[in-house]
Amino acid sequence: MPVTTIAGREVHVDAEGFLTEFDEWDEALAPTLAHAIGIELTDRHLEVVRFLREDFRTQGETATTRRVQTVGGFPVKEQFTLFPAKPGKKMAYIAGLPKPKGCV
Amino acid sequence: MEDFLAPDFGGSEPSGRHMAIICSKGNLDMAYPGLILANAALGEGVEVDLFFTFWGFDMIMTDRADDMAFSPAGNAAMRLPVGNIRMPQALAPAPGMTGMATRMLKKQIAELGVPTVPDFLDQIVASGGRLWACRMSADMFHVTEADLRDDVGGIISAADFIEKTEGAQILFI
Repeated sequence: MPVTTIAGREVHVDAEGFLTEFDEWDEALAPTLAHAIGIELTDRHLEVVRFLREDFRTQGETATTRRVQTVGGFPVKEQFTLFPAKPGKKMAYIAGLPKPKGCV
Repeated sequence: MEDFLAPDFGGSEPSGRHMAIICSKGNLDMAYPGLILANAALGEGVEVDLFFTFWGFDMIMTDRADDMAFSPAGNAAMRLPVGNIRMPQALAPAPGMTGMATRMLKKQIAELGVPTVPDFLDQIVASGGRLWACRMSADMFHVTEADLRDDVGGIISAADFIEKTEGAQILFI
């Protein structure tokens, strides 16, 4: 896995740029990751990101937009507003998680 | 630009791709392929229009969408729940078989966290998908807009749908 420097810190990423090590991420990285994909992070974005991190910790996989709505309580419509066009992948990226694998 | 490798999500605008999905089947198992693909496409920034026609109408009818059924009849791929044994087709039309198979399928779908047909359509609309009902089917089944979900954009002709989906990739299910 390539190593890159993000916000002054060395982290492992995959070929696309997604972080690959759960523990190399913390909230201090989130604004930089968000900025890199054109998103200015707000507290609401961070609430979604925190849910994703916590859910990944217990489930071992990245929540889909469906799960972020039903379990996390963030309506799909709002997810599309916060993370336009490709919410599932964008929020996973900012949270330092792999792309969601689930179909729904 | 950042000085590190970040994924290219193509910005905040839609991808420019457009899909037209025509749902013509009213069996529960055949409702899902269109819903899953529509949802996946929307999550990738693809514009999606769904056209419901013939038996696919049940998917958008408020009193039927949650009452769709699955029958093993005519489905040679159907296996018994245990033993990887093909289900004899002679059993498929037996009384109660459709109800049992439907309950099983609904349970399996729910266990995967996949929504029911009406909930799935809610999600598709919330994601920006558009729903359209077929004029000929409405006339044939004596259905009006009052029988359909509120978020159906309208009862339109096939020609109208073709016009709305100019340049789209078409999927007929």
